[in-house]
Amino acid sequence: MESAAHTLDRAHVHEDHHEGLGFLRSYVFSTDHKVIGLQYGFTALCFLLLGFTLMLMMRWQMAHPGEAIPLAGPLLAAVLGDVAAKGVMSPDLYNSFGAMHGTIMVFLAIVPLAVGAYGNYLVPLQIGANDMAFPKLNMMSYQFYLAGGIVMFVSFFIPGGAAQSGWTSYAPLATVVPTSGQTFWLIGMVFLITSSLLGSVNIITTIIQLRAPGLTWMRLPFFVWAQFTASFLLLLAFPPLEVAGILQLMDKVAHTSFFLPTGLAVGGNLANISGGGSPLLWQHLFWFLAHPEVYVLILPALGIVAEIIAVNTRKPLWGYRSMVYSALAIGFISFLVWAHHMYLTGMGTRIATFFQTTTMIISIPSVIILSSLLISLWGGSIRFNTPMLFALAFLPMFGIGGLTGLPLGMSLSDIHLHDTYYVIAHFHYVVAPGTIFALFAGIYFWFPKITGRRMSEYWGRVHFWGSLIFMNVVFMPMFAQGLAGMLRRMSDGGANYSQAKLEGVTGGLSPAIMSLNHYILWGAVGLGLAQIPFIINFFHSIRWGEKVESDNPWASTTLEWQTPTPPPHGNFLRPPQAYRGPYEYSVPGYDKDYVPQNQPPG
Amino acid sequence: MDIPYTIQPRPDTGVYNAKVGMWLFLASEVMLFGGLFSSYILLRVAAPANTWPHGWLSVPLGTVNTLLLALSAISTLLAWAACKARMFDRFKLFMGLTLVLATVFLGIKGYEYHDKLTHYEVTLKDGRIADGHLVAETATALQLKGRFVKDHAELLNGRGHAHEAVTIEKSRIQKIENYAPRHNTFMAIYFTMTGLHGLHVLGGMVVFAYLWGPGSRMWKTQPDRFTNRVEIAGLFWHFVDLVWIFLFPVLYLT
Repeated sequence: MESAAHTLDRAHVHEDHHEGLGFLRSYVFSTDHKVIGLQYGFTALCFLLLGFTLMLMMRWQMAHPGEAIPLAGPLLAAVLGDVAAKGVMSPDLYNSFGAMHGTIMVFLAIVPLAVGAYGNYLVPLQIGANDMAFPKLNMMSYQFYLAGGIVMFVSFFIPGGAAQSGWTSYAPLATVVPTSGQTFWLIGMVFLITSSLLGSVNIITTIIQLRAPGLTWMRLPFFVWAQFTASFLLLLAFPPLEVAGILQLMDKVAHTSFFLPTGLAVGGNLANISGGGSPLLWQHLFWFLAHPEVYVLILPALGIVAEIIAVNTRKPLWGYRSMVYSALAIGFISFLVWAHHMYLTGMGTRIATFFQTTTMIISIPSVIILSSLLISLWGGSIRFNTPMLFALAFLPMFGIGGLTGLPLGMSLSDIHLHDTYYVIAHFHYVVAPGTIFALFAGIYFWFPKITGRRMSEYWGRVHFWGSLIFMNVVFMPMFAQGLAGMLRRMSDGGANYSQAKLEGVTGGLSPAIMSLNHYILWGAVGLGLAQIPFIINFFHSIRWGEKVESDNPWASTTLEWQTPTPPPHGNFLRPPQAYRGPYEYSVPGYDKDYVPQNQPPG
Repeated sequence: MDIPYTIQPRPDTGVYNAKVGMWLFLASEVMLFGGLFSSYILLRVAAPANTWPHGWLSVPLGTVNTLLLALSAISTLLAWAACKARMFDRFKLFMGLTLVLATVFLGIKGYEYHDKLTHYEVTLKDGRIADGHLVAETATALQLKGRFVKDHAELLNGRGHAHEAVTIEKSRIQKIENYAPRHNTFMAIYFTMTGLHGLHVLGGMVVFAYLWGPGSRMWKTQPDRFTNRVEIAGLFWHFVDLVWIFLFPVLYLT
């Protein structure tokens, strides 16, 4: 049994994989969870690159306001016309890029990568299932995601350009901007919400119904728990945003006033609307989604990191049960913290106190998970391979992101920090060197299972150290800028509030603070360059990487490594049976330092 | 490759896959309509004083529609029971009845929409307001069936007033607006909530029509699977009915 499971089973791959289906059914309209996972993965990585490119151009504009963008400027001027005349980014274009950077990164890159790609590919494998519970819905989920992505992408090229009112699309600003970009944004969001609805129903049903015999709840890998919780958040938190989207679409298209107050003036004139609406309603509905969304971004990342740390320390995760309960607690409490984004709306102190309290409470389970992962390292025989390096870097980076969030959760300190670069630095530490590092770790880690080849360790390390250093060069200075009072969403990078422009006025942004914009720009350029080894390594290794010597190259216990490489259609050669927990590493009395979940006792 | 538990329930969870999926979907739907009802409450509570109307919708029509959906819930349940009892003709009968009831529901809803969209509030240059249904239009004048009021607030109570023939010369009109979603917040939330509910009714009808018509071929080959389909479509339908049970008092009776 054991030797059969671990010799390389490549022979089955080609006869099983296609089953005589044509190209379209195999790769475009496939119902195989692995193909859909890869579709999600490739599309999301493309959007990740697009979102980063937008930001690179914005960083140039902030460091050099009004100067033509090198290289990309002429292209922008040719494609987008007046908004980028002579290659200079106009404030309108800056607003568009800012709004779309956030939208693309959150809704089209990170969540589809973390849940769509990783969840689809790995959850059925890790629970020993042959596919998702609803393969056709799974396919539709990807198609809706792609449609939403196309609508968002096309909106750059319509007259007036893409949405300009931030990824938060606060009303009434978003409604009264007289272009169609916002309408495209809203329609795109409806597609994306439908996609995540279908995806999350699928993942939850699969985990409940298709676990292999013997795979009880407390034998599930932590990654599966993380996906389970994140899917529940997607399932229950997205509908209120859909409501908000529908109502704003009504405001845009049917000229209702859901979010438009009585007496609203636009451009100095009283708007021709019935009024009586509530701008605050938008913020409530939006953040009711968008705070749980933060945990959708972070929970799968914690799951990936947990798997990689367990494998590469060769010992069980410390506190597996408390991690599981913490993940569930995060899921529940994340629905009770949304208004900590709204302290500045003039809410009463009692309400603010409630949301401060829940916000402080939700940090407890987050810290429990992070501490468990940290303690898991204690006494392990750690293997420092590329996935492990990324996973290890995740811990302090996410720690910085989490801890700097506490002052934002307190209404007193938030009033000073709200809407400054401090906020940007905080949530980027959570998502960029946090979640994205975990996603990179996962790519290096599961690449051998997906392709049968390893990615280059050397170039993986170049990618890792370059990313780690430049991530911090980009985001660390933003804390200083934010504490100095530099506001976000300013197309000149704060130049109008600098001491250079405000002579004799105290409190202007000092030259030191302004000069940080240059460091950040070159940090961002460096970060971009550091991704080149990754991209080349990725595509090169698909064809020419070092072949793996067994189906289980990392000597891992979980079920996804007990399949042929790459897993064929239907995944397992024979239906697996689980006999033990997910992390039985270095168990005394066995001749090897790991015991796969499907190894019978004795 | 067969996915397990598509027809028979999994022993330790006691349900088959599609049922779990439908309950999850309904949980999501609860959040969708929950968000809408919360929005309704917030908009109504925060509305400026003396702007929220009462009695603008017909209670008799709303009551009839409530009864229609309640009856259709019963007929859907009986259709599923007929499948369980392996009585295909009874299934056809009750499922057909559900479709008829739902069609009448949508017909009445459509009539109510039409009634609102042909209802005009006409502000005259002398400050008076004429309010009523458009009966006829000539090149120079409008004929409404309704009344004149002195100010806007008088319109907020929709019940117990005269319906007279009112003729207005077009030259005296300052502003004319029908009772479309943009008219005020009440009309906006009314059209949005009932419109979204109506789309759900329509979606349910499409599924039922498929199960009644072409989809019923499955009865001959896989009666258990077909019965499951009727069951989960019925679950969805009961949810749609339930939403209406909340919509009716919230929009019609308050």
